[in-house]
Amino acid sequence: MSIIKQDLGTPASTSTETVNLQIDGFEVSVPAGTSIMRAAASIGIEIPKLCATDSIEPFGSCRLCLVQIEGGRGMPASCTTPVGQGMKVVTQNQRLADVRRGVMELYISDHPLDCLTCSANGDCELQDMAGAVGLREVRYNPGKNHLVSAKDESNPYFSFDPSKCIVCSRCVRACEETQGTFALTIDSRGFDSKVSPGQNQAFMDSECVSCGACVQACPTATLMEKSVIDHGQPEHSITTTCAYCGVGCSFNAEMKGEQIIRMVPDKDGKANHGHSCVKGRFAFGYATHKDRITKPMIRSKISDPWREVSWEEAINYAASELKRIQTQYGKDSIGGITSSRCTNEETYLVQKLIRAGFGNNNVDTCARVCHSPTGYGLKQTFGESSGTQNFDSVMKADVIMVIGANPTDGHPVFGSQMKKRLRQGAKLIVADPRGIDLVKTPHVKADYHLKLRPGTNVALINALAHVIVTENLVDDAFALARCEVESYEKWKKFVAEDRHSPEATESVTGIPAADMRAAARLYATANNSAIYYGLGVTEHSQGSTMVIGIANLAMATGNIGREGVGVNPLRGQNNVQGSCDMGSFPHELPGYRHVSDLATRQLFENAWQVTLEPEPGLRIPNMFDAASEGSFLGLYVEGEDIAQSDPDTQHVHHALRSMECVIVQDLFLNETAKFAHVFFPGASFLEKNGTFTNAERRISPVRRVMKPLCGYEDWEVTQMLSNAMGYAMDYKHPSEIMDEIARLTPSFAGVSYEKIDQNGSLQWPCTDESPEGTPTMHEEHFMRANGKGLFMNTEYVPTKERVSRDYPLILTTGRILSQYNVGAQTRRTDNNVWHAEDRLEIHPHDAEDRGLKEGDWVGIKSRAGETVLRASISERMQPGVVYTTFHFPESGANVITTDNSDWATNCPEYKVTAVQVSKVSQTSEWQKQYQEFSDQQLDLLEQGLSNV
Amino acid sequence: MNTDRLIQMANDIADFFDSETDKMLAVENVKNHLTKFWDPRMRKSIIAYCQTDGSELHALVRDAVKKLDSVN
Repeated sequence: MSIIKQDLGTPASTSTETVNLQIDGFEVSVPAGTSIMRAAASIGIEIPKLCATDSIEPFGSCRLCLVQIEGGRGMPASCTTPVGQGMKVVTQNQRLADVRRGVMELYISDHPLDCLTCSANGDCELQDMAGAVGLREVRYNPGKNHLVSAKDESNPYFSFDPSKCIVCSRCVRACEETQGTFALTIDSRGFDSKVSPGQNQAFMDSECVSCGACVQACPTATLMEKSVIDHGQPEHSITTTCAYCGVGCSFNAEMKGEQIIRMVPDKDGKANHGHSCVKGRFAFGYATHKDRITKPMIRSKISDPWREVSWEEAINYAASELKRIQTQYGKDSIGGITSSRCTNEETYLVQKLIRAGFGNNNVDTCARVCHSPTGYGLKQTFGESSGTQNFDSVMKADVIMVIGANPTDGHPVFGSQMKKRLRQGAKLIVADPRGIDLVKTPHVKADYHLKLRPGTNVALINALAHVIVTENLVDDAFALARCEVESYEKWKKFVAEDRHSPEATESVTGIPAADMRAAARLYATANNSAIYYGLGVTEHSQGSTMVIGIANLAMATGNIGREGVGVNPLRGQNNVQGSCDMGSFPHELPGYRHVSDLATRQLFENAWQVTLEPEPGLRIPNMFDAASEGSFLGLYVEGEDIAQSDPDTQHVHHALRSMECVIVQDLFLNETAKFAHVFFPGASFLEKNGTFTNAERRISPVRRVMKPLCGYEDWEVTQMLSNAMGYAMDYKHPSEIMDEIARLTPSFAGVSYEKIDQNGSLQWPCTDESPEGTPTMHEEHFMRANGKGLFMNTEYVPTKERVSRDYPLILTTGRILSQYNVGAQTRRTDNNVWHAEDRLEIHPHDAEDRGLKEGDWVGIKSRAGETVLRASISERMQPGVVYTTFHFPESGANVITTDNSDWATNCPEYKVTAVQVSKVSQTSEWQKQYQEFSDQQLDLLEQGLSNV
Repeated sequence: MNTDRLIQMANDIADFFDSETDKMLAVENVKNHLTKFWDPRMRKSIIAYCQTDGSELHALVRDAVKKLDSVN
């Protein structure tokens, strides 16, 4: 519960060699390369310091941490001086005390003496050091100083008060080393030295990405969270896990009673090592936003006003409607959707309710529309539907290939770690139609940017494979020993065909053959090559084929089964991995076991005391199709917003309108809830217990820091619905749900809340053979039944979505750093100052052809629909390709996307839509209809609330 | 279920397995995929289409669906 964590002053050394020394007469043994400061701290000796902190490299500027070394000259800084064998260090004597007091006196002579009213009061290292060195007076007369420097309040989340700055450079170094943005610098020299964002700009005008690393590093009140300025220092802290992206950062929620004051990334967090992004650290205000709905509501028709009711009435109404529909239309006429924004325990319970309570397998999850091809492709080739590494593995990669991912926006904390490795010298290949930030960012430049045409991923991966095979860059020893030999030989023959060569595919991919060849050689010949990929791989008609192609490449080059290599899907949302693990797919029980597998089914049947269906259920797009044709009429949606996030919006809306009972469980009246008949208020991640599993298979704790505003945690609501449906559940705490998961799922066999508490987090598989979890998979053998990896041929099949005279451009969609998915959370925070609307990015040539200027309203028309956005002209785009985000419902980005989907999984082809773009002066017809419908629904909500 | 959509989905599956040189195996792969991932009502619809017309189906799908039909 303590909010104070020991700062050891400098980062840990990774050396395996031990050095023995004496500090103030005490013996101490530490790894070689450890600083004297850290060695002292390890035995409880705190050497005064200001410019040192253990998250960044030592700097040696404040001169407060001076020590004396027997036989040595002068007083070296203990932060920059490494330990030596047999060294005898003195940290406290009169001479050192005098020097330190003198240093502090100088600092304080140019520092406001408003400690009692200062926002850092109670958490100020300068104040602490003044106390530590015994400063009692400042003898200098008032003179030239910085006390009247103007504050920079431009950032919505933190304040910059230069008058309190001691120019320790911790913020500058945090921006460089931790975040890798290099937005801050020390401007000028000597007395005029000052921290400067960008070119002496305000924070908001600079390159600052508002990750907050500088705020966390600041030892004074110079950089301070506005929430602390407003509310004062927190008094207790609870460690939990971020509910944004798939990095799954560990945070300390610093509280004042039940009020959250700030989120501080946890130094001990194994996914984030004390770093964060603007969303995780600052964008938590949605949890207490006025739009939260905290009472259950029901209505008969979506044209009726909502009616607030008791939980009992809402649950009974929902259950009676679902039962009525099943009686009338058959047991397969209802189903449910789990969300990657929910915990493992919640998703497990929803799929259990559907399989055991509804009696069918009509359960799916939002991974359907993002990483379902990962699940399919990696299961086929490696035998397990997951990434192969932990995040730290990137620090041992020599070549990093990023395909269809934008880590600095989508997975920013891991993006920073990747940039750190790249600054250390790792080579970088980026395969992306856009010029993402990684292509050229401070001290990082991609060795190859393979700027492919959208929809040609498979041609690209085949061309890379062709070079590797025909130039004999394969690792035959690995592939022959670890994989099915016949499949390997077959695949080699396939990719060696001339039609797959870079020269033959150049006109398809748009990538110069020489670059393709060079990139292939780079990937294949490094000691350690690692592939990181995102939705630019999966959200295609050949998403699964591309995942398979990536797996083929890694196996053929022996880049699997150790640190520094691997195949790493970067999961979009916080619990994509977990929701898939928990059996949210209609064809798989928890642990990726097919519903037709008799032994698995019997295991669950015995535990759940029901008979389970052996046939797969409907996937989300199939549910929509079945709804439109009248055989699927009841839906329970927990935490998802399919009306906004899924493609071909008009089709989705038609499906939702066709259903007789839509139940939505969410924090807000989201877009899907506007089509709902029952609304169950949800609990934010701050209001419940559970676990999330991140992109590296890390199961981390989600801990309740405040009471649920609606009275119940989400799993309790599912349990009440199940009981009302007639299928009894009686869990007292989510830990009991996890215990059941562990009993029934081999890869989770060793997982329990107790063990997660002990270890901080656990990476599955966590079994008797790997009781502490598994950071790297497939070390000795693959997870397929015979232990061998499987190569599969990956024929390139062009997407059916083609450009034409009417639709000459390709639209691709994605996300941005400050907003998250459908924006339901981040749109209700100050993150809107960075991104207040979705815009259409277009290359200057395409803009010029259409007479477009920056900010013009443009109509974007596809074969599926039309919407209107403002144009943003950008050279990040290649000619012929336009791009937008989908964070705002009124944008209607998915009105344009089509129902094309991945052949294996039905994952939508969000990344390729043929469109025409033209200048317009008004919103589209769909947008007008949307606005009218949305206003009507908000009015029906108001009417319901005012009738209470 | 929307037959046109099912036809497209089934043909897409066949496109993937079409590079398999052993056509018997390719048909088996298509059949297995339909069995493992398609809800029974979807399979029923594609079987019905195959029985009444089937002209728009990839040859591998036609053969796979016939095998499905015999099982069902």
